[in-house]
Amino acid sequence: MNLTYTVSEQAFRADCRAWLEANVPATPLASHNTREGFAQHVQWEHKLFDAGWAVVSWPEAYGGRGASLVEWLIFEEEYYRSGAPARVTQNGIFLLAPTLFECGNDEQKERLLRQMARADFLWAQAWSEPNAGSDLASVRATAKKVDGGWKLSGNKTWCSRGVFSDGIYGLFRTDPDSERHRGLTYFMIHVDQPGVTLRAVEDLDGEEAFAEVFLDDVFVPDADVIGEVNQGWKVAMSTTSSERGLSLRSPGRFQATAERLKQLFVESGSPERLRDQVLQSWMDADAYSLYTYQTVTRMQEGGHIGADSSLNKIFWSEMDIATQQTALELLGARAWLMPEAPDAAPGWLHDFLFSLAGPIYAGTNEIQRNIVARRVLELPR
Amino acid sequence: MRAAFTEDQIMLRDTVRDTLAAECTPAAVRASWEQPSAFWPLLAEQGVLALTASEELGGLGMGALDWVLVLEEAGRVALPEPLIEHIAAVELLAESGEAEWVERLASGEARVTVFQSGGYAVSADTADAVIRLGDTGAELLTEFTTVRHAAADGSRPLFTVDGAGAPLSGDADAALDRAILATAAQLLGLGNQVLDLAVEYSKARRQFGKPIGSFQAVQHHLVDALLKLKFAAPVVHRAAHSVATNDPQRALHVSMAKIYASEAASLACRKSLQVHGAIGYTFEYDLHLWMKRVWALSEAWGNPAWHRNRAASSLFGA
Repeated sequence: MNLTYTVSEQAFRADCRAWLEANVPATPLASHNTREGFAQHVQWEHKLFDAGWAVVSWPEAYGGRGASLVEWLIFEEEYYRSGAPARVTQNGIFLLAPTLFECGNDEQKERLLRQMARADFLWAQAWSEPNAGSDLASVRATAKKVDGGWKLSGNKTWCSRGVFSDGIYGLFRTDPDSERHRGLTYFMIHVDQPGVTLRAVEDLDGEEAFAEVFLDDVFVPDADVIGEVNQGWKVAMSTTSSERGLSLRSPGRFQATAERLKQLFVESGSPERLRDQVLQSWMDADAYSLYTYQTVTRMQEGGHIGADSSLNKIFWSEMDIATQQTALELLGARAWLMPEAPDAAPGWLHDFLFSLAGPIYAGTNEIQRNIVARRVLELPR
Repeated sequence: MRAAFTEDQIMLRDTVRDTLAAECTPAAVRASWEQPSAFWPLLAEQGVLALTASEELGGLGMGALDWVLVLEEAGRVALPEPLIEHIAAVELLAESGEAEWVERLASGEARVTVFQSGGYAVSADTADAVIRLGDTGAELLTEFTTVRHAAADGSRPLFTVDGAGAPLSGDADAALDRAILATAAQLLGLGNQVLDLAVEYSKARRQFGKPIGSFQAVQHHLVDALLKLKFAAPVVHRAAHSVATNDPQRALHVSMAKIYASEAASLACRKSLQVHGAIGYTFEYDLHLWMKRVWALSEAWGNPAWHRNRAASSLFGA
């Protein structure tokens, strides 16, 4: 065990920090869940990509730096430490790209990876349906084979930032006689195609964070099927327990929040009654980082993340809520002022509301506990 | 950056695990409530007592990253011996120029215990020497009197110790941090064992025609305990790294280890007891032997509140 960074890891960190310090916008961008803010975030992503920092762990051929997983963690630490903008490419680079790397063909990788990383084409995940949430295998949307492609019909929902995106991806039933996990195929769909209707759904914060998607005989070419026809479940699951579990929420994000909380605590006069909560948040962010370095070491030595991705998700989502709640307690009545109010405390209310989504999205924490019970503790059905 | 143990460290852990699993059975732990425990010769024979002594003094010259996993295994079987105190003492005595004591301790010929001034000393009745850690440093007591205080954990006998000591020149703070880390490691092992017991029980015990481990309410109790234990492990291991490298943040890291290990093991006890139901609440069933050790060690070498204070002063500079 050597928990110190190598010389080259230290140099990588110094490079990250120098570029971010010189380039991160001095005034925060508008919320990425608004149309105006989303456009600002896209501009930022162009800049990040052109400087080679958008996807550090990807091969150079796709705009990355071929960085190790440890270097990726370092980049994430520096990114959030610098207060850089939220990543509007995240549902592409963190969720779709790992699936393409694992199951996509060369043509798809050539065509899609660079453009998604540069935010030239924005992707949104369309996995849930009104009657297929935690029970994802019960999807009903269908795809029928036609010449050169498929015609897709059905209804997807809770599609994050779908109204600002150029494309969506999800599972469709290609074998009408199939049930559950069988007979599904993984498709990528351009939302400007005839037959696609997007309806914005406001989230708890009143922003158009979600879209409901209606598909009525939407044409998708064969080239936009990922993996084999009728093997979509396998394709979808191939990455849920690999990099996805790691990349969805990196420790740097929570460590930066914990540092901000610590500052807020000091600025609030270090109230003794909240000291242990602030301490707990800081320690939990640290523990999450240590756990992740342990996982990454295992992965770099040929191991798999396995069901650790489920434990990770439970840990960070519960930690995030506790941290945000403590911030609101420190702020008192100011916490509950809207951002336009003269006394508003920027960010915390929005972040608290968003933290409440954590135990719900990407597989509810109940589903994650079920997965851990089966796969790690090997408990019976 | 490499957050993993070496193959040698894993091998040492596995060897100790196998030996302790064979020898330190629940029946043996239970017996140690009534009569003095007898594992010291075994620990000497296995080289466990010689881990941290230098090679010149008959030891293996190992550090915290080597022994932390061994201590976890000692916790797993609820080993009824003062191994934590032994680990804390050896390097302190070596630093203080007490070569003869180090040699005698490493070979198992002599026994030592360590306590914080004003607190209880574990196993002082069988100790040839006692080390008292106070605000001004450490002292070695070779002539002393003891009074036993019956403890809830009957396999971890507690004593008050009186006597005049001679100052030890070694680093008393480092000895304290070794004791805390060793305690955290044992708690981690204990917690994992307590969870394993509950998992096994939930697979075997049937109600409503099914193993109770198939019910979500039961599964989620067990996962909650696992989650805490899983995230405590790298915190304890980082503390071992900080002890081994004398990191400037050592005190913070060691306190965090004790907080996380105590709380994870305590939660594992609660969940395990709940999953076992009434049988777990009996004296006859073995679970209480482990739970009482967890409670005793959570209090020993600074309870979570004490360590929160220490961590907070390190973090907030208060």
